[in-house]
Amino acid sequence: MNIEKVIFSFFIVLALTLNFGFFLGEFENPEHHNVYELFAVVIVNLIATVLKFGERTQMGAVLLATSLVASLQLIAAVLMWTFAVHIHNTGLTPLIMSTIVSLAGGALVANIISVVLLVIDISVQRR
Amino acid sequence: MKNTALFLILRRMRTPLLVLIAAYAISILGLVLIPGTEVDGNPQHLTFFHAFYIMTYTATTTGFGELPVPFNDAQRLWVTISLYISVVAWLYAIGALITMLRDPALRQLIGQNRFAAQVRRLNEPFYIVCGYGDTGSVVVHSMIDCNLGAVAIDKNQDRLNELMLESLPVHVPFLCGDASLPSNLTMAGLNHPYCRGVLALCEDDLANLRIAITCRLLSPGLAVICRAQSHDTEANMDSFGTDAVINPFDTFADRLALALHSPDMHLLYEWLTGIPGAPLPERLHPPHGTWVVCGFGRFGKAVQRYLEFEGVPMVIVESDPAKTKAPKNVIIGRGTEAVTLRAAHIEKAVGIVAGTDDDANNLSIIVTARELNPKLFLVARQNDNENDAVFQSARLDLVMQRARAISRRILALITAPLLTDFLRLMRHQKTEWAKELIEYMRPLLGGVTPVLWTVGMTEEEAPAMEKALQSGAILTVSLLLRDPHDREQRLQAMALMMKRGKEEHLLPEDDMELKPGDRILFCGREGMAAHQRRTLMNPNVIHYLVSGESLPDGTIWRWLAHRGG
Repeated sequence: MNIEKVIFSFFIVLALTLNFGFFLGEFENPEHHNVYELFAVVIVNLIATVLKFGERTQMGAVLLATSLVASLQLIAAVLMWTFAVHIHNTGLTPLIMSTIVSLAGGALVANIISVVLLVIDISVQRR
Repeated sequence: MKNTALFLILRRMRTPLLVLIAAYAISILGLVLIPGTEVDGNPQHLTFFHAFYIMTYTATTTGFGELPVPFNDAQRLWVTISLYISVVAWLYAIGALITMLRDPALRQLIGQNRFAAQVRRLNEPFYIVCGYGDTGSVVVHSMIDCNLGAVAIDKNQDRLNELMLESLPVHVPFLCGDASLPSNLTMAGLNHPYCRGVLALCEDDLANLRIAITCRLLSPGLAVICRAQSHDTEANMDSFGTDAVINPFDTFADRLALALHSPDMHLLYEWLTGIPGAPLPERLHPPHGTWVVCGFGRFGKAVQRYLEFEGVPMVIVESDPAKTKAPKNVIIGRGTEAVTLRAAHIEKAVGIVAGTDDDANNLSIIVTARELNPKLFLVARQNDNENDAVFQSARLDLVMQRARAISRRILALITAPLLTDFLRLMRHQKTEWAKELIEYMRPLLGGVTPVLWTVGMTEEEAPAMEKALQSGAILTVSLLLRDPHDREQRLQAMALMMKRGKEEHLLPEDDMELKPGDRILFCGREGMAAHQRRTLMNPNVIHYLVSGESLPDGTIWRWLAHRGG
C-alpha cells in the first residue's frame, strides 16, 4: 500500500461525492443546494487538481485535464452565485439557481470521468 | 523532452500550492462559521464572498478593515490566527518558487531546451565543435571568419561564459555538458540536415575517441575531424574511418623537418595553410648542424623522430629521463640553467627547441640559450594562448602553438578538401618545382595570404558549366580563370590541382579540357571566388567568355534578338 496513492484516490473520489451531493436535489430550489457544500466541492477539486500536477504519463495528463475542467465549471458556478447575491442583489431566483446547478452538473461529469479513469488505471496495473 | 522543465516546476510547486489552498480554506471556513455582531437581534454570519475578500487582503497583509460591519472579538481572534497561517503559507510558497528557479538542475534543463531550440532553427551549414578550450575557440573564430556556422559543447561553464562575452558577429549556440554523450551530440544537431561535420577537440583523448565513434555510428555520412595527442589513440581513430586525425605535435615537428629539408616547400606550405588575409610569411632558413632539444615529452619525441628522419644530429636535455623513457645519452636537467645547456654543448649547436610543457620554463630556456650562443635558431613550444604577447616579444624564429597548429589544419580540411591531396602530392616534387611555383604565385597574391576554394563540375556547384559540358562543349581550365566582365583579363587566381575520379593533376595547364564531375582546387586573392561563381552559374557568361559576344538576357530581349536575327 502506498500512502500517496491513498491520498490521491481519496481526494478524487471525495471531489466526486461532494459534487454529487451538491448537485442532488430539486433543480431550481435554493433550499436543496447548500453553500457550504459548494465551498467544500471547490476546495477539494482544487486540491485534486494540484495533486495531479507534474504527472508525466498519458493517464496523468488526462486526469489533470478533467480536474481542470471540473474546477473551471465550479468556479464559474461560484462566480454566478456571488454575482446574484452580492452584486446584482437579485437573490437566488430559480433561473440563477438552475444555471449554478447545471454548471455544477458539468463539473460532476468531469469528476465521474476522473474516477472512471482512476479505476481503469488501477485495473490495468493488476498489482 | 521539451516539457520536462514545465513538469518539474509543476511537480515541485505541488506542496506549496496545497499548503496555500489549505490555509485559505481553513481561514475562510472559520470566518463564515463564527457568528458576528448582532444586528436587529440576529447574529450576522459573513458570506463566503466577504470571507474570501477579507482573507485576500489579510493574507497579503494589506488590511482594509472590518467589513461589512465591525467584527466582534471572536472574529478578531480568528482573523489574527488566519493572518499568521496565511502569511507563513505565502512566504513558504514564494520561497519554494524562488529556490526552484535558482536550482542548478532546473537552470541546466532550461539552458538545454534553449540550446536545442537554437540548434533546430539553424538554417546554414554548421559544424559541431566539441571542447571550447584554446584550440576550440581559435577554430570557432576562424570558422566564423570563413562564414561557417558553429555549435559549441564544453564541460566547463567558465569557457562558455567567455564565449558569451566575446563579441562574435554570429551567434554560436553552446551547451554545457559532456560532448562524448550521444544525447548531447544529438541535441547539438548530429542529425540536423545542415550539420556538415563534427570536430572533436577536447583535451582528453578518450573523450575525442568516444565522440568519433558515436558520430561514426549515429551519423555515418558526417565528416569527423579529431585531435589526438598519442599515437595509440590516433591509430584507434583511424581504424574506424575517422576523416582526419590531427596530432598537433606531429604536425608541427613535420613542418620543422620540412623547413630544414626544403625552405621553399615549407614556405609554400605556410602560404597555402595560412589564415586568409594575413600578410604572406617569409622564407625560414633553419641552419644545418647539431640541434638541442629540451624536454622529451610528447612534443620532444615527435621533434626527435622527424629530425632524426632528416638526419639531423641532436642532443636531448630532459629532467626526468626515467619517466619519459629518454635515450641513454640524454643530458639530465631542465635546460633552464646555463650548466645544463653548456653540458649539451650549446655553443656548438645551431638551433634549440624548447619543448617542455611549461611556458615559463620554455622562455627561460630560450633566454639562457641566446645568452650563451646568440646565433642560435630559436624554436619554442607555447602551451597557453594567454602568453601570446610574451612569446611575440621573445623574438623567436618559430613558435609551436598547439591551438593554432590544429586550427589551421582543420580550416584547410573543411574549406578546401582537395588541399590535403595537394599538399601530399607536393611533398613528392623537387625543391626547384616549389621555387618556381613560389615565384609564379608571389605577384599573383600581392603579399596577402590567399583564399583557397574547391569547385566541382557538378549540378549543385556549377550548374551552367555542367550543362555546357554535358552538351558536348569543349571548355578548358583557363575559362574559369577569366574575368566575367572582360574576357581579356585574368582573375588573380590560379588552379592548383584537378581531380578526375582517381586521377590527380598537379597544376593543370590552361588548355586542359574539363569534364563533368571534375573537381578543381583554386587559390587566389579575396573576392576572386565570387567572380568565378558567375561563370559557374550563368550560361550567358560562359557564352561571352567563349565567343566574346554578350547574349541578351531576359525573355523580351531574347525574343527581340531572335526577331532581329
